[in-house]
Amino acid sequence: MAGPTPYMALAFILFVIGATGLLTRRDALIMFMSVELMLNAVNLTFVAAGRAIGNFTGQISVFFVLVVAAAEVVVGLAIIVAVFQKRNSASVDELSEMKG
Amino acid sequence: MVEIILFAVFGTVAIAGALTVILARNPIYSALGLMATMFSLSVFYIMHLAHFVAAIQIIVYTGAVMTLFLFVIMLIGVDRTEDTSEQLPNQRRIVIGLGLTIAITTVVLTVGQNFKWVTAPGSGPANWDANADATNGTIQAVGRVLFGADTAERTAGWALPFEAVSLLLIVAAVGAIALAFFRPLRKVGPPPVEDE
Repeated sequence: MAGPTPYMALAFILFVIGATGLLTRRDALIMFMSVELMLNAVNLTFVAAGRAIGNFTGQISVFFVLVVAAAEVVVGLAIIVAVFQKRNSASVDELSEMKG
Repeated sequence: MVEIILFAVFGTVAIAGALTVILARNPIYSALGLMATMFSLSVFYIMHLAHFVAAIQIIVYTGAVMTLFLFVIMLIGVDRTEDTSEQLPNQRRIVIGLGLTIAITTVVLTVGQNFKWVTAPGSGPANWDANADATNGTIQAVGRVLFGADTAERTAGWALPFEAVSLLLIVAAVGAIALAFFRPLRKVGPPPVEDE
């Protein structure tokens, strides 16, 4: 296997699956997992591209994406728990209070 | 040959895990599918000699983040049924159609063709194996790049973004604690009516 093509294709498929889940599921937890899936797919492209051009910048980018994803998950799950305590539901369809 | 076998096995596992995430009815299965996907991605990172990234992928993602997900799933209940009725008209059909179209297009275009995904000097398929040695991502090598040990004196590599990221983590931790601690004041009276 020469070149990053198979890894890019796999990452693309994973990204599409994540985007599909984000747009079709109504559970906030599953939507968060889909976002994680998309971030992981992008991380795979970073590592494969870094190997293709032969420097470390792709791996550094993965490091930062991972930290930002961890922070996002911490705050997002705290918000989900807070909303669940208030509304007894984690479905995003019922969170239309701010619609006016 | 070994790379092809590993790619086939763990690529299948990754896609199956991803499909489990978006198709499973129980959020626990979604979390476990996501864990399988992340684990197979860490195998790919090791195949790309990104050892440090693979290690933090397993420790942070499949360890910490997925534990957090499982905690929250346990906290808000595993046996509740998700309301699967769609509020937006035709949203599900459109999205699944678009997703299938894009995925099939990618597979058809990828098989048999070698795209030039990365356009940089020395990024051709012939240099793929040679470049693997240059990106042997041990902790020492990544740390030298991260803190600018090999760059010129005027630049410090990625040290400033690294510190900014530590600030971001502190803000996230404090924000999560604040969200968990400071409850809204409960109004005296009957509980609010759930509009349904």
